[in-house]
Amino acid sequence: MSEWWTYSLSDFLLFSPRTYYRLFELYNADIWPIQILTVMLGGAILALIRWNGVWQGRAVAAILAMCWIWIAWAFHAERYATINWAATYIAMLFVAEGLALLVVGAIRSPLRLRPGGSVVNRGGLCLFVFALLLQPAIGPLVGRTWMQAEIFGVAPDPTAVATLGVALMADRVVRNIMVVPLVWCVVSGATLWTMEAPDAFVMPVAALLGIGLLIWKAWTLRRSRRAAGIAPV
Amino acid sequence: MPPSPRVGRRSLIRGLVAAGAATLLGPTPAAAQQRPILTRPIPSSGEALPVVGLGSWITFNVGNDKAARDSCAEVMRHFFNGGGRLIDSSPMYASSQEVIGYGLDKLGKPAALFSADKVWLPYGSRGRYQIEQSRRHWNVPRFDLMQVHNLLAWEDHLPTLFAMKSAGQLRYVGITTSEGRRHHEIEQIMRSQPIDFVQVTYNVLDRQVEERILPLARDRGIGVIVNRPFREGALIKKALRHPLPNWAADIDCANWAQIILKFIVSHPAVTCAIPATTSVAHVRENMGAAYGRLPDEAMRRRMIVHVEAL
Ligand SMILES: NC(=O)c1ccc[n+]([C@@H]2O[C@H](COP(=O)([O-])OP(=O)(O)OC[C@H]3O[C@@H](n4cnc5c(N)ncnc54)[C@H](OP(=O)(O)O)[C@@H]3O)[C@@H](O)[C@H]2O)c1
Repeated sequence: MSEWWTYSLSDFLLFSPRTYYRLFELYNADIWPIQILTVMLGGAILALIRWNGVWQGRAVAAILAMCWIWIAWAFHAERYATINWAATYIAMLFVAEGLALLVVGAIRSPLRLRPGGSVVNRGGLCLFVFALLLQPAIGPLVGRTWMQAEIFGVAPDPTAVATLGVALMADRVVRNIMVVPLVWCVVSGATLWTMEAPDAFVMPVAALLGIGLLIWKAWTLRRSRRAAGIAPV
Repeated sequence: MPPSPRVGRRSLIRGLVAAGAATLLGPTPAAAQQRPILTRPIPSSGEALPVVGLGSWITFNVGNDKAARDSCAEVMRHFFNGGGRLIDSSPMYASSQEVIGYGLDKLGKPAALFSADKVWLPYGSRGRYQIEQSRRHWNVPRFDLMQVHNLLAWEDHLPTLFAMKSAGQLRYVGITTSEGRRHHEIEQIMRSQPIDFVQVTYNVLDRQVEERILPLARDRGIGVIVNRPFREGALIKKALRHPLPNWAADIDCANWAQIILKFIVSHPAVTCAIPATTSVAHVRENMGAAYGRLPDEAMRRRMIVHVEAL
């Protein structure tokens, strides 16, 4: 792209805010009552996190993977791509995240999740609860209709924040499952900011929190390994 | 019909002014028939084109939303009823092409349509394929005008477009840019290639093209399509915060949209301006700019001073 410095973000916004939120409205109507199922799955994740059993991490990663792959197909490829040709590539990213969750979190070395114990774990839990219970209410609170609510498991924003929360609760640093959610936080934040949405700050703030907590976690893990005399990985 | 004796002179004048304003606001089909629409000849053929067309960036990208598609079709209906012809789109505008196709089908394929689309690919080999895809979205037998969008790979695409024009698969060939980008290259192409149209940004505040591109277009017999007439809405939004100047009536303008559009289309090198809108009321206002008197040079200068001071 020549003279790239003359372009602003709005040059890449292909649709109006009205069209963007209508997309959620029509999507929510089309897939109803799947939202009930995904919120219940979100509740199941919370229960699993507390349970601490052998299958805990595998089950949580598998549920999240399913949500990411569903969103890739049902939201990005089937709907968002009708107003944004880049959504086809975003769909691929979401599938990649689904597969990463399956491979890294459920098959190869299952996650072990802890909701408490450290600031990072608690921060992760807060992000998850925010994504599941509060984030869907933000749209209606800033003046959009309930039909346009973005719900965990079917809408990309709360699913990305919830995944960040889960990754932070893991007993190890799982950067690879945090990359796509963080990228999406930036993409979604930029889209909303260009549309001058009052809630445009939510996703970037979630990303910053996620990155901050991840760095903290990596640092504390390294320190405790050193203290225990284990070479850092 | 003579006025009823009970109608006072003042109310009669008020009525006449209102009637005039209503006509300017949006010509009904009847009004469009009564007053000739302003047209400009396409320099390379002499074919007359109304001075106001219709853009589709963002406004017509509504995906599969049936209600929104129907409302775009209504905008198109009022555009054609107002005497409009040229609709501009691009494969870059996501679903806009399909939505235009939907509207054209719904309106029974208006014969007046002048279809202007673009090829937008970084390499030439798939150019014909993309044009064919676009044609299917519009559901038209062929495009009237095919432009190279933002000069992307123009060296590859222009030979294809010229070949398609020679084979009767297109009627006109053009290039586009916006907001002052790559003007030097635009000039070079205008000098060296037998293009029919150039599409650039021009409005009362963005007048860079007046220096070289518009005079060159006149010299070389190239039609000029003007995009971003309202600076994507920012210019008209700003203007609407201020009262209509009292000289508006001297150039038959009933609203700010018409003032802004008449400034553009009164430049002798401009063939047409292509404002985009989602609103029937706005398309009617915009089409009103294709009727009545246009500003002369002195008035154009006055318009610049006025709008720059807003
Ligand atoms: N490089 C290129 O090839 C290129 C680049 C830019 C643009 N273009 C073409 O040029 C067309 C026009 O440019 P644009 O769409 O970027 O911007 P524009 O036409 O300058 O502005 C469109 C905005 O103006 C508002 N508007 C239209 N008529 C109005 C009225 N009568 N009163 C108040 N507001 C009005 C519309 O809002 P409402 O919906 O509320 O009416 C819309 O938001 C594009 O649609 C596209 O086809 C081509």
